[in-house]
Amino acid sequence: MDVWLFVFDLVLILTLLWLAWRTLVASDLFKSIVLFIAFGLLLALAWVRLDAPDVALAEAAIGAGLTGALLLTTLAKLKSQSKPQKSDHE
Amino acid sequence: MNKASSILLLALLASLAVVLGYAVLSLPGQADGLADTVAAQMDSSGVSHPVTAVLLNFRGYDTLLEMAVLLLALFGVWSLAPQAHAGMSATSAGPVLTALFRLLTPVMILVAGYLLWVGAHAPGGAFQAGSVLAAAGVLMLLCGKRLGGRLAGWPLRVGLVLGTAMFVAVAAAVMLGGAHLLQYPIEWASGLILLIEAAATLSIGITLIALFLGVRPITGQQP
Amino acid sequence: MSLSMLYALAGVGLFVLGLHGLIVQTHLLRKILALNIMGSGVFMLMVALARRAPENPDPVPHAMVITGIVVAVSATALALALILRLQAMTGRAELPEQQTRP
Repeated sequence: MDVWLFVFDLVLILTLLWLAWRTLVASDLFKSIVLFIAFGLLLALAWVRLDAPDVALAEAAIGAGLTGALLLTTLAKLKSQSKPQKSDHE
Repeated sequence: MNKASSILLLALLASLAVVLGYAVLSLPGQADGLADTVAAQMDSSGVSHPVTAVLLNFRGYDTLLEMAVLLLALFGVWSLAPQAHAGMSATSAGPVLTALFRLLTPVMILVAGYLLWVGAHAPGGAFQAGSVLAAAGVLMLLCGKRLGGRLAGWPLRVGLVLGTAMFVAVAAAVMLGGAHLLQYPIEWASGLILLIEAAATLSIGITLIALFLGVRPITGQQP
Repeated sequence: MSLSMLYALAGVGLFVLGLHGLIVQTHLLRKILALNIMGSGVFMLMVALARRAPENPDPVPHAMVITGIVVAVSATALALALILRLQAMTGRAELPEQQTRP
């Protein structure tokens, strides 16, 4: 049992590092944000493995959920703001 | 960046990683930290969950300042963003999203209340409960619903400030008995903590929802 | 190697990864993502070190990390509002690749 838990931890850590790297180098911003949300959810799993359930609750709700929602809505506003290039509103 | 600077950057960061890793590995494998100190004082804290005791009692000042930081961030966002006008809230939410919102909101409010209550003796607390409320509010905003004109004026402002104000009021009121700032009397500690957490849950939820909306809501008075 | 040390090293790795992304990436939104990853690395380091206590984990770093998560989301929200304003005023949300030197 112990060996399998260790393997699980190793896989979790490697996935977290890989997700973080892909978040930063993804070609599309939308992909980056979705990968970041996945990273936050796996991070909540890591908190549970580290005996920190309060932190896991806060991370899943605020860290992954709310930050992801904020980022996605900002991306949408950025895209809609940059569309009317030719209109002149000073 | 050209090749040379990127290789230099990678080398510097790799050496930083090695130094930090060495520093981490040279720490002792077992360290008590403050676990025993906290456990010894749990009787006088008013709750039975150590993390809640640390957040709301032993390091209550940090939590008070944190709620002020949330409010400050909202001030910054509101001062940067334009005020919403009537055409902004026209989003067409599909039937699935609206049905999900209607089904989930009562459950979320119930879960938030449970998390608030259970924080005294199990993992939970004001921040977790407030964030579930914020999730319900984000769903509401995504469905295109907005607060009515009357509710978006003074009631919104009162709801935003209530958490920090309650915390400051309790912190100052205990000084009337001759104690220091935030030194709850022991027999009242659990009630005071629950009061502070309830107000904080409401405020945190509303503040996070307002941060998500990003613009100032339309009040009744429009120019 | 104990579990705490493994996760502590992972926290260091996330921090350095985020720092690299913060320096190299030019789009401001990616810089915000990199900052959040750096923050998550620091949190992981703190929680992993808190687990070293023999019986129950040390609750003080847990409380600090919860505070840190909330402060991080507030700072992210403010930074995103700044990015939107910057794009409204200058027309782009990306730093120029090459800095022209006088």
